[in-house]
Amino acid sequence: MKTTTAQNPSRRKFLKNSAALMSGLVIGFYLPMKNGRVFAAEEHPKQIYPPNAFIRIAADDSITVIVNKSEMGQGVYTSLPMLIAEELEADWNRIRVESAPVAAVYNHTGFGMQLTGGSSSIPSSWEQLRRVGASARILLIRAAAQQWGVPESECHAASSWVIHTKSGNKSSYGALADAAAKLPLPETVELKSPKDFKLIGKSIKRLDTPEKINGSAQFGLDVYLPGMLTVLIARSPVFGGKVKSFNDTEARKLPGVQGIYQVPTGIAVAATGFWPAKTARDLLEIEWDEGPGAALSTPKMRAEYLELAKKPGLVARNDGDAVQGFKQAHKSISAEYEVPYLAHAAMEPLNVVVDLNTDHCTIWTGTQAQTMDRASAAKTAGLKPEQVEIHTTFLGGGFGRRANPRSDFVIEAVQVAKVIGKPVKIVWTREDDTRGGNYRPMWADHIEAAIAKDGKPLAWKHTIVGQSIIADTPFEAFMVRNGIDATSVEGAATLPYVIPNLQVELHSPKNAVPVQWWRSVGHSHTAFVVETMIDELAHLAGKDPVAYRLGILPAASRYRGVLQLAAKNAGWGKKKLPANHAYGVAVHQSFDSYVAEIAEVSLGNGKIRVHRVVAAVDCGMVINPDGVRQQIEGAIVYGLSAALHGAITLENDRVVQSNFHDYVPLRFSEMPQIEVHIVESSEHPTGIGEPGTPPIAPAVANAVFKLTGKRLRRMPFDQETLA
Amino acid sequence: MISFKINGKATKVDVDPNTPLLWVIRDHLQLTGTKYGCGMAQCGACTVHLDGRAIRSCVTPVSLASGKQVTTIEGLAETTLGKTVQAAWQEVDVPQCGYCQSGQIMSATALLKENPHPSEAQISAAMDGNLCRCGTYNSIRSAILKAAEHQGGAK
Repeated sequence: MKTTTAQNPSRRKFLKNSAALMSGLVIGFYLPMKNGRVFAAEEHPKQIYPPNAFIRIAADDSITVIVNKSEMGQGVYTSLPMLIAEELEADWNRIRVESAPVAAVYNHTGFGMQLTGGSSSIPSSWEQLRRVGASARILLIRAAAQQWGVPESECHAASSWVIHTKSGNKSSYGALADAAAKLPLPETVELKSPKDFKLIGKSIKRLDTPEKINGSAQFGLDVYLPGMLTVLIARSPVFGGKVKSFNDTEARKLPGVQGIYQVPTGIAVAATGFWPAKTARDLLEIEWDEGPGAALSTPKMRAEYLELAKKPGLVARNDGDAVQGFKQAHKSISAEYEVPYLAHAAMEPLNVVVDLNTDHCTIWTGTQAQTMDRASAAKTAGLKPEQVEIHTTFLGGGFGRRANPRSDFVIEAVQVAKVIGKPVKIVWTREDDTRGGNYRPMWADHIEAAIAKDGKPLAWKHTIVGQSIIADTPFEAFMVRNGIDATSVEGAATLPYVIPNLQVELHSPKNAVPVQWWRSVGHSHTAFVVETMIDELAHLAGKDPVAYRLGILPAASRYRGVLQLAAKNAGWGKKKLPANHAYGVAVHQSFDSYVAEIAEVSLGNGKIRVHRVVAAVDCGMVINPDGVRQQIEGAIVYGLSAALHGAITLENDRVVQSNFHDYVPLRFSEMPQIEVHIVESSEHPTGIGEPGTPPIAPAVANAVFKLTGKRLRRMPFDQETLA
Repeated sequence: MISFKINGKATKVDVDPNTPLLWVIRDHLQLTGTKYGCGMAQCGACTVHLDGRAIRSCVTPVSLASGKQVTTIEGLAETTLGKTVQAAWQEVDVPQCGYCQSGQIMSATALLKENPHPSEAQISAAMDGNLCRCGTYNSIRSAILKAAEHQGGAK
């Protein structure tokens, strides 16, 4: 039987030593952003990071970069090593990557814990990892200069060599690594000027591609340990339900079944493989205690939310005097919006492998949240965090689901391992994953807006209704202020347009459905609402949607650049589109990056067809342009899946959808052409994983209006009747 | 006992004949490149070749493989076409998270075997059963067109 490639002992020892030595040097610190989101836009400028925690140079000149972010498709196993290699003057062809274990030295520079999310991997590592690379380069040069007895100033580094410029003497990094590692850290580190970059700014091929095209890349589901059992869990069909009684007589008779156990989340079936576990689970008879039963149903919740949207809520933003503004209105409109719960539906269903012993717990999983998961696993197992080891495998998609603030899938796995006493792999079926909650919240909005005689917005009142993602999580203390969850109003309370009387209010009702961040979080809904309403105002004012937006954006706004770049490349207002095709536009800022998207749409038999999307992005300095293109394309597809088809609904407290036939992602035949244009910038790099998602739904909805005169105010669009 | 060839190697497994081929490949033969995504032929992550044709192994009982040749992503490079497709995937740098890519590559290879120069519409039709949540569809299309081109060049 194949066993997983656990870390080899020397690496483990190395990391243990480096973490013990160095963890005292690194402090976590929080920098609240203007919109309440936390991540380090500006990292500690003088911090010196220990290079040996991130770089290992072997005698054969191979360089291993230890990456402290999870690779879920967004390209961090390429872009983060690029930051190090640039300053290290490393030979890129000799770079390989390993995932970091859990240790303080690997904490996110802004979050103060190991976490991949918030489109923050590049912005939070931009200074840190370049300084890591530069520190190592300085030490390698110093080691060479000492060996040669020459001044450091006479030496330089290039392509993994240190060269004595005068004599041409050279020594490879591999030959110098041992000596360099014994030197004290440099006191100051100078970073390159961008004009000297050799790697940063170039489209470099992904380092993880070879193993992802020959089947050898290891995802969590691919971990097999000797003697390991596969476990499927029958969970309550109702959120918060408990097992009342169960009968496993028939299930136990199946060959391969090794045991059936009651665990806190349901009934766990342990077997020699997936298939016996699945067939045995299907034979269980379980009576559930569903608790009080809230009789949750989507139509009822929609009605309640829409009712609430008309009532005063907590004030998230209040400029001018909205009441007075509406009194002076030339024209006004109001509209209601609804968006459903959404599952993340990563291609790889959730799974966790746990090997639990009396004094040690080893976990293999594709997680985005190592520090929280380790703390939760330790607490569940009755161990100290240091006794829990997490191996982060490749993630078969994350989209936020694998950073669960309650560590739901990890805690459950450790609970099962405790009961079974053998190495276990907990596998969620697609149905389990779809019905497992932790959804993007459903939201309802009410907007009333007015324009003045000159067509410009005069008053805007936006009320948002939806569950708080952050409430009751470890993030509540710094992301919920005065009852307002920053993620519920992001993109709405941060509306960039000049509107003298602007009010945004929030209701955060509670219910039993667990909610979680989903690619672009609050923006996934607010961009749809505000950017379709702005389009309505443009129409009301009789203005072109692009010109109208440019007319009401502040002069120095970075929104303008992306809007103009997208419009130019789409030929907005100039290009003659085929008959029955129309353009729609939207622009939005999220994770400090600005994205405009123009969608070319037609209708066939009432079905929306998106032919082409022209996107323009301003994410500050770009590390890997092809990586940016991939992320924007991916974010558009993710947003388009939700806009056209995505909905999780409830009937009698139960989730209706179960698999890809009724929770439908965008398929190949629906894929639009996508062009990505990047604004040249020398600003600090900002997020790229999520900002492409928010503008696509409103861009498509605005195009549909152009075609039909009908406003789409409810997602998904395939449930609307279109002529 | 069910006998078949997998990636050219004769193999025998002692399992319930209704067990989907996917779980025999993964749990019994430990070839983990073939992925589980949905279990109901909705996503294509489990695509393998049975006597050269693309099938969804998650809904194919292992008994149907009896006496036949199964090819998984691990064995794909043994054919010139398989190598060509993988090289095109590398050239275009297709994968993001990568989870669906084994299935994508197996479907694309089966398409090119039957139709060495598919039109864009034929590519769309052949690849419509393979989901990708990261949005690599356009890269997949480019890679298939490149593979077709390279294959033509080798003729």
